[in-house]
Amino acid sequence: MTDLAIQAHNLAKTFGKVRAVKSLNLEVPRSRIYGFLGPNGSGKTTAIRMLCGLLTPTAGDISVLGHSIPRDAEALRLKVGYMTQRFSLFGDLTVNENLQFMADIYTLERKLKRHRIGHAIERYGLGNLVGQRAGTLSGGQKQRLALAATTLHSPELLFLDEPTSAVDPENRRSFWEALFDLVDEGTTILVSTHYMDEAERCHALAILDKGSLVAEGSPEELQNRIDASIVTVESDQPRQVGKMLEQQTFVHSSAQVGNVLRVMVAIDEHQPEQAVRAVIESAGLSLKHCASARPGLEDVFVAATRARKSRA
Amino acid sequence: MKSIQRIFAIVRKEVRQLRRDRLTFGMIVGIPVIQLLMFGYAINMDVRNLNAAVADLSGTSASRQVVMDMTATQIIKMVGQVDGADELELLMRQGKISVGIYIPPDFDRRLQQPERAAMQLLVDGSDTVVQSAAAQLALIAQQARTSPYDDRPPVMELRTYYNPERRSPVNTVPGLIGVILTMTMILFTAVAIVRERERGNLEMLITTPVKTPELMLAKILPYVFIGLLQVSLVLLLGHFLFDVPMRGALLDTYIVTLVFIITNLALGLVISTLVNTQFQAMQLAFFVLLPSILLSGFMFPFAGMPRPAQIIAEALPLTHFIRLIRGVILRGASLQELALELAILGGFIIVFMSIAILRFSKRLD
Repeated sequence: MTDLAIQAHNLAKTFGKVRAVKSLNLEVPRSRIYGFLGPNGSGKTTAIRMLCGLLTPTAGDISVLGHSIPRDAEALRLKVGYMTQRFSLFGDLTVNENLQFMADIYTLERKLKRHRIGHAIERYGLGNLVGQRAGTLSGGQKQRLALAATTLHSPELLFLDEPTSAVDPENRRSFWEALFDLVDEGTTILVSTHYMDEAERCHALAILDKGSLVAEGSPEELQNRIDASIVTVESDQPRQVGKMLEQQTFVHSSAQVGNVLRVMVAIDEHQPEQAVRAVIESAGLSLKHCASARPGLEDVFVAATRARKSRA
Repeated sequence: MKSIQRIFAIVRKEVRQLRRDRLTFGMIVGIPVIQLLMFGYAINMDVRNLNAAVADLSGTSASRQVVMDMTATQIIKMVGQVDGADELELLMRQGKISVGIYIPPDFDRRLQQPERAAMQLLVDGSDTVVQSAAAQLALIAQQARTSPYDDRPPVMELRTYYNPERRSPVNTVPGLIGVILTMTMILFTAVAIVRERERGNLEMLITTPVKTPELMLAKILPYVFIGLLQVSLVLLLGHFLFDVPMRGALLDTYIVTLVFIITNLALGLVISTLVNTQFQAMQLAFFVLLPSILLSGFMFPFAGMPRPAQIIAEALPLTHFIRLIRGVILRGASLQELALELAILGGFIIVFMSIAILRFSKRLD
């Protein structure tokens, strides 16, 4: 057995004329959280659905936990859990009834079923909610229930499609704590997200844009490898300065964060700070402070998706 | 064993959801009761009490006898006497009468002259049912010619079997079981799956180890019992409100109905694999329901339909069920005597289930 949970080679999916995923190569190691980071429509969901055998790829090979997909999709069902983007449990059943249902669907034997459900209720803090209809739960509670239900059969591999889009930051935090617990027990998790703070928590990331993988690595690697420099600028006229900077050929982009402008400068500009300072001063605009900064994941994301645009 | 655990998990879930869905639960009981009352009392194919007026310009005892004979049939109800054909036509244009009886002044003399019509029946042809009723009336007029006082027996004696009083409900109620089941059962399974697709439950379910035949079976089972419940309700009400007889064995009635229920549930599953939304499912269900009502023999006699309509009717499960249920309830036929129709319904089940299982994909594409 390899130490890879997922291998995909030249994976592609076309819907009519739309190429949702274009020749994707993936290697996801076991017992890790692997993230798909990308904007809406970047092919994250399509890729996940192909990996768990719900969609037939137009081209490419997939091997998940040693099973060739989609051929052996049925054999894979007992080993994986898939949490859909939308809450997909039954809103008109109670928390307990939903868990009972999932345990029966995975044909857990009676004693094991009671044990696992009891454990899940405790672990995901559902104790006070067991008798409540799932449809009346809050976003965070729903996600906890969904994760509890998806992990009842102790899957080796979890697919989570934007699991926390409707969850407040505090609940998101505890949700991720739960994910790390699962990884600690040996579970491999593939999670898609468009939140930077979530992406930062992953062991490894694939940045997807328009169906292609544009960057891959651990968040740190990606931040170190970025082919751009970041300069922060403080000014009394941030909007004008921003617009002026974006017209410069050596500036990739500028984004306002509160009072500060985050300016992405081309990597071949060897003195990014001075260059930025110079153009602002020569334009006669206000400049209070200007400094180099360490690139964040958002910068990596912008740089990666931008690079493809300029090439295209 | 594992299959059974999964099937029962889904059945239990369906029943729970059904119990909590008050509107659907109400419809299970409400639809049969309301339809039975509506159709039982309203669908009346025997034409009675058509408004009629007479212009009797002859005023002889013979003419009065003819009018009395016609009134006695109860097909027409006299609403007025007028003085001429013009007035009859006016009343008909105004929609006040459907039948006008014009008796000319020389009625008695005309009766003796076989080559001349003795009287005129004016009929509102905009309703075909009225037309056929008028044909009956014309026969009475014909008898008048031979001699109203003649006590020779009529040339032909009419005897009606199985429903001698010719009451509509007796014919309608057994067929109504079929219509109600067609209406509710197809929709139940079609919607049961499509709703889960709309709500996203299905995307979750197909990533679990549930097998397609298990899912299909589990979706059918709870509704079989609901169907049987509806049948019992209609039979009970039919018996107490409309005196519908039960000539065959009650067990046979339930066997026949059970087969028909499963046929419709399976058809619902087929529909669910063809559509994406509950709205589309409903449209398709009605696409089946309407021809079922019109062509199955429920409303119009099968024998009177043109050949193409008969062929279409044979492809509708309700046609076969109507033959079965009328056979069992009204004629007291045994299942052996109706084996062919029963086998055809069984064939429908196999075909529908196969299509549903083959078409239902545990994939999203």
